[in-house]
Amino acid sequence: MNNVFLPLIGGILIGISSSLILLAIGRITGISGILSGVLNPRSQGDFWKFSFLAGLISGGFTLKFLFPEFFNYSLGAGRSFYTIMLAGLFVGFGTRLGGGCTSGHGVCGIPRRSPRSIVATSVFFLTAILTVAIERILLEGL
Amino acid sequence: MKTLLVSFLSGFIFSVGLIISGMANPSIVKGFLDISGEWNFSLAFVMGGAVAFNYFSFKYILKRGPLLSPSHLIPNRRDIDKNLILGSLIFGIGWGLLGICPGPGLVNLSLMTEEVFIFMASVLIGMFLYKKLKLSESK
Repeated sequence: MNNVFLPLIGGILIGISSSLILLAIGRITGISGILSGVLNPRSQGDFWKFSFLAGLISGGFTLKFLFPEFFNYSLGAGRSFYTIMLAGLFVGFGTRLGGGCTSGHGVCGIPRRSPRSIVATSVFFLTAILTVAIERILLEGL
Repeated sequence: MKTLLVSFLSGFIFSVGLIISGMANPSIVKGFLDISGEWNFSLAFVMGGAVAFNYFSFKYILKRGPLLSPSHLIPNRRDIDKNLILGSLIFGIGWGLLGICPGPGLVNLSLMTEEVFIFMASVLIGMFLYKKLKLSESK
């Protein structure tokens, strides 16, 4: 049951990771916040973000080397340069304006029953679903 | 120092979670977001697993202070403002276009393709644009 087992284990690992950060340093593990904190560190209190990011990226390279079968996909292949750029701009701008992404609002906010996170997660999930649907309609017709 | 080590380890674990769960794979993510096609529900288990785990662990962890820091620094706003909605909307569109959000984007740097670099560079530019906009608005 690869459709359930690995996703569940992966999700729990994500939970462990964010719980570890909360337990150790009392911060929320929101990737967009971590990324922007690395771009604009506000104080010494943001130094952990550099380390977290290093771990995140290292994990990617390590697993790509050890288990390349997990990377049997491409990112944005066949999409135009403009689409890729637009997607990136929207992700970067939107996560800052909205104060978080799937990890910050979804994984860390919902367990805390944060109304902001519940709303944010609902909005970006619904919007993403709508975006995919509209794209399909435009490409394939109704 | 301990904080940096723990953070590195946590980042590493996070990326393993993203990769083995399939969340780093845009086609799996889009498979979930595409409700009209062959629906791939595995993403629900990723989110579900993470949220369920954190529901219990956060409850326990928040009762005590952090081990290596003097105090928690957790967002405590409860208001739902238009920035939250608009920002989430914009993020949702960006996410829906390629099926990649910030975490997967960073983990996928290991693919070392043009597309990844363009995407991540654009994410950084988008964040920078927000900062500039915010600064100009406060003047």
